[in-house]
Amino acid sequence: MNHKEPFVRMKKRSTVSLKQAVLVRLIAVLLSLVVCAVFIVIVTQQNPIQVYAGIIDGAVGTGRRAWVTIRETVVLLLIAVGLAPAFKMRFWNIGAEGQVLMGGLASAALMIYLGDLLPNFVLLIVIFVASMLAGLIWGYIPAFFKARYNTNETLFTLMMNYVAMQVVTFRIVFWENPAGSNTVGIINAASQKGWFPTIAGNSYVLNVIIVLVFTVLMYYYMAYSKQGYEIAVVGESQNTARYAGINVKRVIKRTMMISGAICGLAGMVIVCGAGHTISTSTANGRGFTAIIVAWMAKFNPFFMILISALLVFMQQGAIQIATQFGLNKNASDIITGIILFFLIGCEFFINYELEFRKKQKEA
Amino acid sequence: MKKKLLAVLLCVAMTASLAACGSSSSSDSSSDTTTEETSEDTEEAAEETETADSSAASDIKIGVIYIGDKNEGYSASHINGVAAAAEALGISSDQIIEKTNIPEDETCYDAAVDLAEQGCDIIFATSFGHEDYLFQAATEYPDIEFCHATGYQAASYGLDNVHNYFDYIFEARYVSGVVAGMKIQEMIDNGEITEDEAKIGYVGAYPYAEVVSGFTAFYLGAKSIVDSITMEVKYTNSWADISLENETAQALIADGCIMIGQHADTTGAPSACEDAGVYCVGYNIDMTSVAPSVALTSSTNNWEVYYEYAISCVLNGESIVTDWAEGYSSGVVLITDLNEDIVAEGTQEAVDAAEAALKDGSLHVFDISTFTVDGETLADDDYVYDGYYHESELASAPSFSYIIDGITEK
Repeated sequence: MNHKEPFVRMKKRSTVSLKQAVLVRLIAVLLSLVVCAVFIVIVTQQNPIQVYAGIIDGAVGTGRRAWVTIRETVVLLLIAVGLAPAFKMRFWNIGAEGQVLMGGLASAALMIYLGDLLPNFVLLIVIFVASMLAGLIWGYIPAFFKARYNTNETLFTLMMNYVAMQVVTFRIVFWENPAGSNTVGIINAASQKGWFPTIAGNSYVLNVIIVLVFTVLMYYYMAYSKQGYEIAVVGESQNTARYAGINVKRVIKRTMMISGAICGLAGMVIVCGAGHTISTSTANGRGFTAIIVAWMAKFNPFFMILISALLVFMQQGAIQIATQFGLNKNASDIITGIILFFLIGCEFFINYELEFRKKQKEA
Repeated sequence: MKKKLLAVLLCVAMTASLAACGSSSSSDSSSDTTTEETSEDTEEAAEETETADSSAASDIKIGVIYIGDKNEGYSASHINGVAAAAEALGISSDQIIEKTNIPEDETCYDAAVDLAEQGCDIIFATSFGHEDYLFQAATEYPDIEFCHATGYQAASYGLDNVHNYFDYIFEARYVSGVVAGMKIQEMIDNGEITEDEAKIGYVGAYPYAEVVSGFTAFYLGAKSIVDSITMEVKYTNSWADISLENETAQALIADGCIMIGQHADTTGAPSACEDAGVYCVGYNIDMTSVAPSVALTSSTNNWEVYYEYAISCVLNGESIVTDWAEGYSSGVVLITDLNEDIVAEGTQEAVDAAEAALKDGSLHVFDISTFTVDGETLADDDYVYDGYYHESELASAPSFSYIIDGITEK
């Protein structure tokens, strides 16, 4: 019997202390940096320490760069915060990209059509409501069909992205400047109507405030509210939820309305708070990146801050290493990929422990 | 069993990476110290040269923002232009800070401001949609020169430090049209096609003045050889989409086009032409690598001319013109080497004659006696006088947006 005992076996951990979990993740990050270093040396013949220094310099090397990193982080965070309740409900909302675009489109439309009519803070409030409404509608449509006809939400939300892109393309035809150029350019460049105001001399403070408020709200909504609990139950088992008297269809629709609305708001933060323009690449893939953020954080909004910061940090650093070492941005994509691989892979060691054969240990 | 195997593999991977950790970290630290030393050495050396050589060329810093990188034809032509200009002016590559793959949104503003904070004296951006963001940064840094290719706002922006530049690429397109026309004439003479079948297909990016101006010039060049010629234009609504350009070229060939021109950045159209055996004229780069048996030539830009001009203006403390646009006379536009195996006999002579006439000003591409719009000759206005349309003279960005008779848009 003894000779059949395996050299090593997995054992599910019953409990994991926070300290252990953090330690495993830290080791994973360190290991990933080592593997990245090996990659950098082999492929690019550069000194990895210098490349890492370049990434840090590019992300936070100057006050401006740090603020750009913060601006991009909070946008990614806000989308992830919006996605969290949907994914916790096991509703595969691949449509954040489209929901962000529709929110951005509503913002741009109001900036263009109401820019001259309303004072700035009134306009911003109108845009705030309209962008959330636009995202809400875009999130509600697939939820309605899911609840009513049990359609596949993954395909439905994915396809809604393409519809949103075409709607934006269609509107650009009317707004493009100059005609035929297919770009809208900066909206209200002179009057700055519909732009986030500078607070304490900084353009991006309002972005941070909005996103942090929603992050905290979402934390309490998911962790402490009755609706948040319903989301968790529906996510675990729809039958259990039904047995407990939860109206599953209502929860699906309500949660997707919240999810879509927050993604729509992210569209406003991008258009009014950073880009001041609209194009089909306004969301720029962040609707998909945010899925990784939400999942890796296990839908905890505060962990999402860390993960979105890490991803954006790498992305901003990438611009610098492209400039400094002539690596193009694919190199940084590989580095980010390696880090994500280790971070996701280390979940195994958090959930399981390895037990080595006793005899081996004695020997 | 599979799980066990996986577990073993994971263990092996972990121990291996731990070992790698130990060894590589030691080598990292050693290599780090050496590079630090060398970088200190070079810094000292640089300081020495600075004190020794007080000419401005060693102090200037140049920032450039590209939409793509070396893998993309349009950006590559600018990257090469900047490098060549720097070499000609004795500027080392350390003094050039290049940001590649910058999209046309606030990222461009971030990049421009970052370049300004790094102490650049002159900053270029090369894609149309960069303009708003580049000039937004320009308002904050009045002492730095900001130059934007293909844009149109500098003159009206109200700042002294913003500039637009472009070239008379339509002249090169006209000459490439002459090459196409010579080939079509040869096909007519050989009885391969009739005069009525002489139809060019054109793969355009957007229905935008820069594109319209370009295909009109190409058409007029061909028409100067074969008067009965017609042209059909299809848009891809993208500057660079290799599969879409390929399909568009196929559609044009199916419509009976016997020659394909393009204003799109990839090799999609020439590949389709190679497969179909239809002659074509490219843009930006020599297309003979993908279409050796059908690519006649390509119109292209030599941006070094402008970069050398603008940078030397900064070096000499002179002001840069708000709208810069030149053509054959300064060598900023040209066509790539003719594909000698397939071009018609006498093409080189026709090209030389057209280029010489463009240089000395005796030939104007948009000569209003050579074309009509809706059956009528263009009347004189701000752009039309002295018998031709003054393209890119009032402002560097192309403005010719008439669809002339003989060309159909689809």
